Amino acid sequence: MTGTILITIACLVALGLLFAVVLYFVAQKFKVEEDPRIATVESILPGANCGGCGQAGCHAFAENVVKAPSMEGFFCPVGGNPVMAKVAQALGRAVEESAPKVAVVRCNGTLASRPRTNVYDGYASCKVMASLYSGDTGCKFGCLGKGDCEAACKFDAIHVDPEKGVAVVDENKCTACGACVKACPKSIIELRPKGFKNRRVTVLCVNKDKGALTRKACTAGCIGCGKCAKTCPFGAITVENNVAYIDFTKCKLCRKCVEVCPTHAINEVNFPPKPVIAKPNEENV
Amino acid sequence: MKKTFRIGGVHPHDNKISAEAAIEIFPAIETAYVSMAQHLGAPATPVVAVGDHVKVGQVIAEPAGFISGFVHSPVSGTVKSIGPRADIAGNLVPHVEITVEGDEWMEDIDRSDTVVKDIPYTPEEIIEKVKKAGVVGLGGASFPTHVKLAPPKDKKAECVILNGTECEPYLTSDDRIMRERPREILIGGAIMMKALGVTRGYVGIEENKPAAIASMTEAAREFPQIEVVVLKKRYPQGGEKQLIDAVIRRQVPSGALPIDTGAVVQNVGTSLAVYEAVQKNKPLIDNVITVTGGCLPVQHNYKVRIGTPMSKILEVAGGVPEKAAKVISGGPMMGRAIANLDAATVKANGAILVLTEAETRRKPESNCIRCAKCASACPMGLEPWLLNKLSRAGGRFDELEKERVFDCIECGCCSFTCPAQIPLVDMIRISKAEVMKIMRSRPKK
Amino acid sequence: MNKLLVSPSPHTHGKESTQSIMRDVLIALAPAMLVSILSSGWSALMLILVGAAACVLTEFLIQKYLLKRPVTVSDLSAVVTGCLLALNLPPNSPWWLIVIGSVVAIGVAKMTFGGLGQNIFNPALVGRVFLLVSFPVLMTTWDDSGSMFGLVDAFSGATPLGAVKEGLKNGMTLSELTADNLTFSQQFFFNMGGSAGEFSAVALILGFIYLLCRRVIKATIPVTILCTVFVVSGIFWLADPERFTNPVFNLFTGGLLLGAIFMATDYVTSPMTTKGQIIFGIGIGLITVFVRYFGSYPEGVSFAILIMNCTVPLLNKYCKPRRFGEVKK
Repeated sequence: MTGTILITIACLVALGLLFAVVLYFVAQKFKVEEDPRIATVESILPGANCGGCGQAGCHAFAENVVKAPSMEGFFCPVGGNPVMAKVAQALGRAVEESAPKVAVVRCNGTLASRPRTNVYDGYASCKVMASLYSGDTGCKFGCLGKGDCEAACKFDAIHVDPEKGVAVVDENKCTACGACVKACPKSIIELRPKGFKNRRVTVLCVNKDKGALTRKACTAGCIGCGKCAKTCPFGAITVENNVAYIDFTKCKLCRKCVEVCPTHAINEVNFPPKPVIAKPNEENV
Repeated sequence: MKKTFRIGGVHPHDNKISAEAAIEIFPAIETAYVSMAQHLGAPATPVVAVGDHVKVGQVIAEPAGFISGFVHSPVSGTVKSIGPRADIAGNLVPHVEITVEGDEWMEDIDRSDTVVKDIPYTPEEIIEKVKKAGVVGLGGASFPTHVKLAPPKDKKAECVILNGTECEPYLTSDDRIMRERPREILIGGAIMMKALGVTRGYVGIEENKPAAIASMTEAAREFPQIEVVVLKKRYPQGGEKQLIDAVIRRQVPSGALPIDTGAVVQNVGTSLAVYEAVQKNKPLIDNVITVTGGCLPVQHNYKVRIGTPMSKILEVAGGVPEKAAKVISGGPMMGRAIANLDAATVKANGAILVLTEAETRRKPESNCIRCAKCASACPMGLEPWLLNKLSRAGGRFDELEKERVFDCIECGCCSFTCPAQIPLVDMIRISKAEVMKIMRSRPKK
Repeated sequence: MNKLLVSPSPHTHGKESTQSIMRDVLIALAPAMLVSILSSGWSALMLILVGAAACVLTEFLIQKYLLKRPVTVSDLSAVVTGCLLALNLPPNSPWWLIVIGSVVAIGVAKMTFGGLGQNIFNPALVGRVFLLVSFPVLMTTWDDSGSMFGLVDAFSGATPLGAVKEGLKNGMTLSELTADNLTFSQQFFFNMGGSAGEFSAVALILGFIYLLCRRVIKATIPVTILCTVFVVSGIFWLADPERFTNPVFNLFTGGLLLGAIFMATDYVTSPMTTKGQIIFGIGIGLITVFVRYFGSYPEGVSFAILIMNCTVPLLNKYCKPRRFGEVKK
């Protein structure tokens, strides 16, 4: 009886040793030479594999940034400046700070302001809907509210508000990876700098139709009247194709445009409430 | 045994409830909105100006490219405006708006009922006449007919197949013209055969149209080169590739064109338009539209001038009933849902179908049970369940391409048959667009 | 007029739904269930009801409280699993046996993979095999002392296949064993012994015809399985009729018909293309015969189907349907 046990143990030990040796040589033979810095960089990266940097994932980012001669063109939107500083340090390179960004849904056509003209009954996807027709409202440019951005977001940061019918970004969770920007077939979402104390002024409309048509479709749309552009002391606002756009590099957050906009298409966020004029604080972004 | 195509297919309910309604001339309209994008390819360029007086049949727009077409005024009157107007999908398309005044036709159009059988023209003359008349495929794709009649030099046409299958449920416009104008259709077929230099012609008609079969067979006695082929009822028999397979037993290989089998398929409506263009000098300015639906009190087959607003047609047909939920341009399998009823008809509009909520509302989707009914129904031998799976979760586009997602003809058989109500065609359609984007971005070899 | 609906084509749908298909399967199972109730009485009815109820309840509880997803028990797929499981047990099995089987079938074999359409193995068969290896005695002996319809005399003992296997093991020859065995017509119409669903080949074939008429299933899989079993067991029988049972006996005993018609054709766990289905059927037939002849269990259909279930993803990957344009001119 003990003999059997001993033989069994001996056999297993011998087999184990044999496999260990074989595995060792195989591992040596097929070893992949990899720059050790790639692993270092990868460990610094957040590891979300979101692809927001434009690479195939965190490993690909690490590989390419190590190979590249400088940090130019590489930025991890999820980790932001702190992570990029660490990566640069690990590689012994200099890095420029870039302003942290956030996704902004440039449509304020809520169910209340943008009446539905028909009922979409197909697969709940903005892409399918956009390829079929102009949409279930009079506005051909606005948010379709079927949540392609929501599906694309890896950080649970963008959701279609069922009461508004448009996508809303949670700016605390948003990492500005840009997945939603790519997913949106109407190209409504834009990455904008978070701004000083997270304060931003944005035109929440991309409707290129003439003013009368826009107004008919949506009470919150930009009608391209140009009042904001005239009011802006910094020349930050341009009106092109019947829609205003605020250049964030020029905007000084004075909010004069917000006051003059007749349709309230220009939106301000994270400003302290004004003491005199009680204005409903529209937290749409 | 009656012929049919060899792979897949479904049997949706026929519903040809408007089959006995003879073609009526639609009453004169006040304003026509003529779209510049009535054909596949580049929209035509308007050649009239606001305030111009136009006659019926006068050219108002010229082709803007090789695959494009002429557009003629369907009415006589004054051009009121030229500019963007919403089409049935709500997208803005350039239109010419004409205020109707009287009904003055171009002088060279032969408006008599005499049937002209002799074809004194050369193939080049025929193609030129067809092109000048703005004839496009009326089966739905609105491909310019003159392009199809002049195949590339390395391809040789062997026969013409006239498509009288009308396999979509509800539609009866082709049925009606085959009953009422069989000789003209066959002369149109003979004209196209002459243009292509072929001696063999077929007319494919599904067995559910016995009156059309009888009238076409009777008329075909005069045309020994043209054979009427009775086909089994099966959808999508009217698909170009399926019809070629059904009639001459040849399958178009993946990625190839139908002409590679030697067959040129034309809808019977197109054939009639070709006849009128060549023998009567009449450009394509009107077409037969079936106005149907179980909830409508009366069904009609109207001969409508192009550019008539859909809402006007529905109004004349007796109004849209309260319970109507969806209005479709075309049949229930491949037609397009109309989002904007004020949109005007275009050349390829064959039907306006009104369905109720119960008939058309989609049911909630559930899990795929892998019954493979979609694969059995697919007339292209694809596996829609797999394409659906690969389309979801980000999309595995390289595999989609390998699974021949481009072969899909979007006939809707898979979605129609799916017991789990999965919108298979929706998924495949967006995948096709994505894969196309990727393929275009690839460097050319 | 209300707001118009807008959707991509097609704008119409066939009449079939998951629920209607499952309902058809239940109707097809009705003759077999009826036969088992008529012959075994209330115990068989109880088994079917408890099985269906236990499966539905398990699915409901898991979907509602564990996964917190929409509950889809109304698609009837759990009812089908419950009924199939009931037909796979001896009709006098205690109620707790089928409850355990149902929990394993739905909880382990179906829901862990993601619910309907996602499972690799046929849930009812997983339930059955789990019971077979856990409670071998309960699962292979059959007792009709509870019959209340008096259609047959009380009979207690092993299943025919079990009896043959046991006898052969003890050195008996087949001719001795089958001296008092069933005649062909008995086997065909009312084969006593076995699970509740294995009594009557006629009842099962009626169900098969119904499924074919309603186009719920195609004949490919069942026909390939039966042909393979017939041919392969025929070859063995011709080689040594004293050791191997004859092909007709093999066709109509045990769970072969039940398995071939109702279990192997389960959409989820069978291949999608005709080519794949033929390979699948041949595989099941071969494994069944080999388990019956050479295995330690008397019955091999369940194992055969489960083993072939593993090959389905592969068969789906490599057996493609005939594409349009690929035929010879």
